[in-house]
Amino acid sequence: MSAQAVLYDHPGPKAIVRNRAISVIFILVIAAALYFVISGVGGKGELAGTKWKPFASGDVWTNILLPGLWATIKAALISVVIALPIGGILAIARLSDHFVVRAVATAIVEFFRAIPVLLLMFFAYQFYIHVVGLDPKNLPLYSVITGLVLYNATVLAEIFRSGVHSLPKGQTEAGVAIGLRKGQLMTIILLPQALTAMLPAIVSQLVVILKDTALGSILVHYPELMDTKTQLTSNGAGVVATYVVIALLFIAMNFTLTELAGFLEKQLRNRGGARKGGPRVDIAVAASLPVEVDLTKP
Amino acid sequence: MNFDFLSGYNIWAAFWVTIQLTLYSAIGALIWGTILAAMRVSPVPAMRAFGTLYVNIFRNTPLTLIILAMSLVISNKLLITFANRRAPGGLDLNNFRLAIVGFIIYTASFVCESIRSGINTVPAGQAEAARAIGLKFTQVLGVVILPQALRAVIAPLASVLIALTKNTTVAAAIGVAEAGSLMRVMMENESNALFGVFAIFAFGFIVLTLPIGLILGNVAKRLSVKR
Repeated sequence: MSAQAVLYDHPGPKAIVRNRAISVIFILVIAAALYFVISGVGGKGELAGTKWKPFASGDVWTNILLPGLWATIKAALISVVIALPIGGILAIARLSDHFVVRAVATAIVEFFRAIPVLLLMFFAYQFYIHVVGLDPKNLPLYSVITGLVLYNATVLAEIFRSGVHSLPKGQTEAGVAIGLRKGQLMTIILLPQALTAMLPAIVSQLVVILKDTALGSILVHYPELMDTKTQLTSNGAGVVATYVVIALLFIAMNFTLTELAGFLEKQLRNRGGARKGGPRVDIAVAASLPVEVDLTKP
Repeated sequence: MNFDFLSGYNIWAAFWVTIQLTLYSAIGALIWGTILAAMRVSPVPAMRAFGTLYVNIFRNTPLTLIILAMSLVISNKLLITFANRRAPGGLDLNNFRLAIVGFIIYTASFVCESIRSGINTVPAGQAEAARAIGLKFTQVLGVVILPQALRAVIAPLASVLIALTKNTTVAAAIGVAEAGSLMRVMMENESNALFGVFAIFAFGFIVLTLPIGLILGNVAKRLSVKR
């Protein structure tokens, strides 16, 4: 069902009046709730101009917020650059014909997918302190990246795998017919197409990575955007103002990425429109669907 | 392997808190997410706008921020508390409940999107037939569409539930004594048993999350609407 308007009759004059009435009541309820929150916050003086004033000064932005923002983006970018090839390798390994390779890759993927990123980060942190003896200066960034890579490589592996499965069978058959080896079939034919078909899902995963960098402020002391809250409040910014500004920055970044993912999906769908069997993938469902396909069997 | 480092820690109690956080949040998020999904497809413009705005805001905000804000903004500034903080253990109980509300707020946006995509899998003819026999919107949705849509989204909802189970560790940020908090304490105190501690908590989360996927995957197959 594509058009949701199918769910109800086209509103006539009576229904329009009724819908407007419900709208007005609903808006009043929301407004009352908002008033309760705002007057509660305002009563504590949290909305006073002075609490927001620090955000009007350039120094707060150049010294605190922008470095925090950059630290967030840096950790996310490094993580995705490392996680993409590892995810690709894991995906190829999970699609392998050899039982042992497949089993090992499956075990790795299932293991790291089951463990909370926060625990992975903290384990990496302790591991780098006690086993590696890493320079304390690099410790937080390395821990955050390690946690994010271990988790997201496995998620990306699953995205690639379902991307390969979403391709029309003819691609594999044609590759086999012209005498390609399994490795060639995968690297020349299937993976490049899977990567394109899964681009929206990969961009969506970037949102997850970007949000998860905020976990670095909890246990491993990584000075990213969320971690700037203490500095901001000690510079005179109100607690409410600080949270609102940080939230808006995150939402702006992630909303842009989500929209980009939606745009890419539409583009791909239009491109595949001419041929019926082209890759069509629902990003929300793609990563979660277990699909079983044997690559080389007819 | 020597398991002496386990003495003095109640791992089961920590995981029990994790399970409770997951369970209460899951129930709340399922209910609130379904309501949001209904709003997003309703004929009332204000409700549609609210649903869209809600999902776009909370899906794109880090959970860490929501959980910290629950404690520092909602509880400390707005003085909205969910337990008497002066009573013995009241502070912990308040943080526990704040964390649950935070998880519900965050997870509901994902539940809403899953259900909405589930509604899209129901053939248009179902809704048209329901309207043709004179059902109102609430009946079309509640009696005909949602029962079919929910059966179609069990597998995606299982993924959301698994993510929620793992996300409960973020409650460590506001001092809830769940598995993540205990792992931190144990790793800091028993640094020579680092791998042993990690193995135990990794195993705990695998035991919690693996069955969700397997069981609900099975349920999804059995309940799927044959077309």
